[in-house]
Amino acid sequence: MNSAVLTAQDLTIGYVHSRSDKTVIAQGLNLELHTQELVCLVGPNGVGKSTLLRTLTGLQPKLGGNLLLKDKPLEKYTSKALAKLVSVVLTSPVQVGNMKVRNLVGLGRFPFTGLFDSHSPEDDSAVQAALEMAGAEGLAERFVHELSDGERQRVMIARALAQEPLLLVLDEPTAFLDLPGRVATMQLMRELAHTHGKAVLASTHDLDQAMHLADKMWLMGKDGAILQGAPEDLVLSGAFGTTFAQPNLQFDLKTGSFEAEIKPEQRVVLQAEGLADIWTARALRRAGFEVLVDGPSDLPRVEVVQQNARTIWKLILNGVALEFDSIYALLLGLSA
Amino acid sequence: MHATPTPEVPQSPAPPASRNPGRIGLFIVLLLILALVFVASLSLGSVSIPLREVVRILTGEPALKESWGTIVLDFRLTKSITAVLVGGALSLAGLQMQTMFRNPLADPFILGVNSGASLGVALVVLSLGTAGTALLAGLGTLGDLSLALAASVGAGLVLALILLVGQRVKNPTTLLIMGLMFGYAASALTSLLIYFSRPERIQAYTIWSYGSFSGVTWNQLRVMAPVILVGLGVAILLTKPLNALLLGEDYARSMGLNVKQARFFILLSASLLAGTVTAFCGPIGFIGVAVPHLCRNLLRSADHKVLIPAVILVGAIAALVADAIAQLPGSQYVLPINVVTSLFGAPFVIWVLIRQRRGATSFTV
Repeated sequence: MNSAVLTAQDLTIGYVHSRSDKTVIAQGLNLELHTQELVCLVGPNGVGKSTLLRTLTGLQPKLGGNLLLKDKPLEKYTSKALAKLVSVVLTSPVQVGNMKVRNLVGLGRFPFTGLFDSHSPEDDSAVQAALEMAGAEGLAERFVHELSDGERQRVMIARALAQEPLLLVLDEPTAFLDLPGRVATMQLMRELAHTHGKAVLASTHDLDQAMHLADKMWLMGKDGAILQGAPEDLVLSGAFGTTFAQPNLQFDLKTGSFEAEIKPEQRVVLQAEGLADIWTARALRRAGFEVLVDGPSDLPRVEVVQQNARTIWKLILNGVALEFDSIYALLLGLSA
Repeated sequence: MHATPTPEVPQSPAPPASRNPGRIGLFIVLLLILALVFVASLSLGSVSIPLREVVRILTGEPALKESWGTIVLDFRLTKSITAVLVGGALSLAGLQMQTMFRNPLADPFILGVNSGASLGVALVVLSLGTAGTALLAGLGTLGDLSLALAASVGAGLVLALILLVGQRVKNPTTLLIMGLMFGYAASALTSLLIYFSRPERIQAYTIWSYGSFSGVTWNQLRVMAPVILVGLGVAILLTKPLNALLLGEDYARSMGLNVKQARFFILLSASLLAGTVTAFCGPIGFIGVAVPHLCRNLLRSADHKVLIPAVILVGAIAALVADAIAQLPGSQYVLPINVVTSLFGAPFVIWVLIRQRRGATSFTV
C-alpha cells in the first residue's frame, strides 16, 4: 500500500517581510502526498502555487501549522538529509554553458558526496540510473546548451532523480515546451510515480494533460483554498468551472475542457453525419450561429453530402442552393 | 505496480570528466608554459640576461656578472613571483564572482574592493601635505608599506561592509547592485580628493592607479604571499559549493547547500584575494574577468574542480606575459601593466569569443 510521504496539517503559507510584516497567501491547508501518486497542482496565475511548492520543499519557511515529512517535522531535518528525500525541478530554465549532461545530472549527487564532490562508483551508477529513468541516457555526453527545451527538461528531471528522492516536486515543468514535449514530460512524471514508486507533485497550467494523467488534483483558487480529488471528482462537483470562472470562458462538463464563449447571433439548421457533423457544427458556432438539427424553412440550412468520394457543403438560403468544397468556403458564403 | 528490474550495466560508461587523460595532459602543458614564462621573465628587461645565466643564478652559482645576480634576485624574482600571485589570485577571484553572480561580466572588483583600496591610497597620497609626502619618500620601504597599509584598510572596510550586507540580502543581484553602490561612493570620495589636490600629488596617485608588479619588495611579499595563499585555500575548499551554485541559489539550497554560509566564504575569499592584490600592486584590471572565460573555453567545462587549478595557472601565465611585454625588453621604457593587459588582452578575448560555438558561454541570459 502506498504511504504518506508528506503531510500538511493546518498549514499557512506566505512571505515574511519583517518580524511584524507578513503576507499570508493561504491558510488552513490539509494536504497529503503519497508514493506512487502523481498529483497535479492547478489554479489561475498568481494564486500562490509556487509559494506552496517552495514551502512544501523547505525552500521557504511556513508561516504556521505542521509539515511532516515521513512523520517527522520538515524543519527538524538538516538540509542535507532533506535533500536526500526531496528534490525539485524549478520553473526557470537553467542556463549553463560548457557543461555536459552527465555532469549536470551528477550535481544531483551533492548531498551524498564529500568535501570535494568526488564521485564514488555508487554515485556514478546513481547518475546512470537517473539518466535512464528520465529517458535521457542518450543525451549524457551532449552539452546542456545544445539541447532542445524538451530534452533539457528531461535532463533537469534526471538531475532531480540523481538525488534519489522519495518526493519529486516540479514547478510548471511543461511551461516552455511544445505539445509533444508537454505530453512526454507528463507521461514521464506519471511513470516515475507508478513504475518507480516516487511521490510526484507538479504544478501545471496544462489542464488537459493533467486531467488525463494525474491521479489526484489540487485545485487552488483565488482565496488560497485547495480543493482536492480525482480530476473527475473536481469536474463533477463543478469545482473547475468556479475556480477558473471568467466572463467569456465556459467549462464544458462533457469534454472536460474550457471553451471561449461566443454568443450566437443567428440560427442555422445543419444536416450531416459523423465527424463532418461535429466539425461543421463547431465551425458554425465559432462563426456566431446557433446550430439546430431542424427548424423552420426560412432559416439558412446546411447539408453535408458525399458526391463522387468528395465532401460537399450545400447551403440553402431563401430557396437558392449553393455548393462549397470546404468549411472555410462555406463560412465565407454564409457571411456574404 | 512494482519497480522495474535494475537496468543493465551500460556497455561503455563514459569516464567522468575529471579522469580525462587529455585534460591531465593540458595541465602538464600549462605547468611547463608557466615554468618557461617564469624563467623568461627573469631574463627579459632593460638588461637582457641569458637564460643559462638566469638558471645559474637561481641554482646559487655565481653569475658571469655580479650585477646580474642582484638584478635577478632582488628585482626580477620578486616581480615575477608577484606576477604569479597576482595573476592567480585575480583570476580565481573573478571565477568565484562570475559563478556566484552567474554573470559573465563580474570581475574581482565588482563589489568595490578596489575602490575602497583606491580611496585609502588617495587619502594617504593626496591629503598628506608636502611635508607628509617628503616624509613618505624619506621613509623609503616603510613609506611603501604605508601605501599598502592604507589600501588594505580601505579594501578591508569595503569587504566588511559587503560581508555584513551579504548576510542580509535575499538574492545575489541585490548584493551586486549594493557592491556597485559602495564602489561609486568610494570613487566619488576619491574624485573629490583629486579635485582639491595639487597636480604633482595627483600624478603620484595616477601612477599607483596604473598598477605595477615591480614595487613589491621581499618584505612586502612576506605579507602578501601568505594572505593570498589563505584566500586560495578557502577558494579550493569552496569547489563543491561553487559547482552547486552554477544552477542558481534555489537549486543549490534544494541540494542541501547552506547558501548563506557559502556566500560568506566566497565573498571573504574573493575579496581577500582582490583586496590584497590591489593593496600591493594597485588596481590590476582585465585579468580577473578574462582568464575565467578563456579557461572555460579551453577546457570546455564549468566544473570548478578543473577550473580552479586552470585559472590559477593561466592567470599566472597571463600576468607574467603581460609584465614581460610591459618591460619592452631591451629598452629603458616600462609601460603601465593595466595598459598592456587591456590593450593586448582585449583583442585576444574577442577572438576567442568569436571562435566559440553559439550559446556555449557559461551564463547565457
